[in-house]
Amino acid sequence: MAMPRKFLTFTPGWTFTAGSKLHSTIGSNIVIQKHQILVCKIAIWIAALSPGSWLVAGLFLGWLGPNPIETLTHITGMTTLVLLLVTLSITPLRRITGWNGAIRLRRPLGLFAFFYALIHFNIWFVFDQVFNWRWMVEDIIERPYITVGFSAFIILIPLALTSTKGWMRRLGVRWTKIHRGIYLAATLGVIHYYWLVKADVRLPLLLAFFLSLLLVYRVPGWLKKRRRTIARPQGSDIT
Amino acid sequence: MIIRSKKASDISSSEITPSEIYLGRRRFIRDAGLGLATLALGGAALPNEITAQSQEIPPRFRNLKSELGEELNSYRDITTYNNFYEFGTDKRDPSRNSDEFEPQPWTISIEGHVNKPGNYELDDILAPVTMEDRIYRLRCVEAWSMVIPWYGFPLAELIKRVEPTGNAKFVRFETVYRPEQMPYQKTGVLPWPYVEGLRIDEAMHPLTTLVTGIYGTELPNQNGAPLRLIIPWKYGFKGIKSIVKIEFVEEMPTNTWKMANSFEYGFYSNVNPEVSHPRWSQARERRLPSLFKSHETLMFNGYAEEVSHLYAGMDLHRWK
Repeated sequence: MAMPRKFLTFTPGWTFTAGSKLHSTIGSNIVIQKHQILVCKIAIWIAALSPGSWLVAGLFLGWLGPNPIETLTHITGMTTLVLLLVTLSITPLRRITGWNGAIRLRRPLGLFAFFYALIHFNIWFVFDQVFNWRWMVEDIIERPYITVGFSAFIILIPLALTSTKGWMRRLGVRWTKIHRGIYLAATLGVIHYYWLVKADVRLPLLLAFFLSLLLVYRVPGWLKKRRRTIARPQGSDIT
Repeated sequence: MIIRSKKASDISSSEITPSEIYLGRRRFIRDAGLGLATLALGGAALPNEITAQSQEIPPRFRNLKSELGEELNSYRDITTYNNFYEFGTDKRDPSRNSDEFEPQPWTISIEGHVNKPGNYELDDILAPVTMEDRIYRLRCVEAWSMVIPWYGFPLAELIKRVEPTGNAKFVRFETVYRPEQMPYQKTGVLPWPYVEGLRIDEAMHPLTTLVTGIYGTELPNQNGAPLRLIIPWKYGFKGIKSIVKIEFVEEMPTNTWKMANSFEYGFYSNVNPEVSHPRWSQARERRLPSLFKSHETLMFNGYAEEVSHLYAGMDLHRWK
């Protein structure tokens, strides 16, 4: 889908290994961009599937310990949160490096985050709630950490369903608005983690720190856009 | 009574069962491999986890079940899935990080309202007592449980020997403080040293046990070597590990988890399916190694007949 692209005025060292002569024509830039995106996507697939593969292998080879469900729950939950944060770092990465191709990594990252959230939820439903709807509803209502975790999961569902190009086109400006739900989902997810640990809150706090960096980074953009929207109501772009 | 008591004389030395039966084949192969590697290195010290695994488990545990017909958890489960925050907050941390810990020699300071206070060598404490196997369910406040064959003696025996006075209303226990051997004591995860407490009648109850072993073998470091407490009708965290101080006091002591979060943890911490932890239900538990959290939690962890009289007239929703 090679869109006409302006010559990149700023390209960071790490995205181009062979130096400045590659910048000589627009054409070679696009070829290299495609190549980069492919490499990045492969890396994302490998990285995102590795916790899952480790868990599946561990389940059969018995290295998840005496309480494998606890290990499965923790690791799928943790992976979801990390992937949500990585998804949220695409926009800053793009802005800071000027590498617009990074936007194409956002969907696979977000979908992998949802994939792990889905497994996380199902482990809880099957092994902790033992398919009992009544117990499940009780827990969702009575336990705040479950209420927020479950809400985060529910918010992610429409995001995953509307992640395709078709839905992007159909929803237009609304797509962007719906997908801002990730800010809320990630925040609720981190609160969920913070509320469930017994005493050692260091890891949840670390995630909260990164999340707040990623959110604070966006604040100036939102303020600017608000000013612009007041002046010119229909304006909106993806942040 | 859910106490199964066997004398040491029950073991016939002719029928010692090799440990692979208990440890599982894979584990045995691993250990055997490590053993060979160690031989090759000229007998360098084995990590605690391995030496403990290599201890011979007496045959009396074969096919043994608790009074309710429950299977015992494997030695491996009991020694690799531990909450012992001094060594780390992950369940595997204690078995990985406790190799440096030295449980010998061990002295216990007995203080407060007793006629015979002083520093007691652990060997002297153990010399006159009769050790017995006690198979108890261990119910963690996190809603999982195991069935564990502890090896120990009633705390009451020790208490009687040191002669508490009329002012001794509560017993306060303290875990050793050794940040150089217990890495997480360098962190502020919990206030150190770990403190627990019992009312004197709880402490004198015949189910309350001072434990020095599991499966008839020495207590591994990760399980609270060399001496820990087990109160089977209370949540697991009441069973303080690596005890160095026992103090007889007049006021109710503040235990560590209550200190850390008094909203969630109380002094009594009796297993009670009707009183939820603020964050999760206590009505069900995961009886490891089961995958499903479908085991119904019993009042006082199934020991209601033996202990409910201790709390007669008390509102257990209030006295958590």
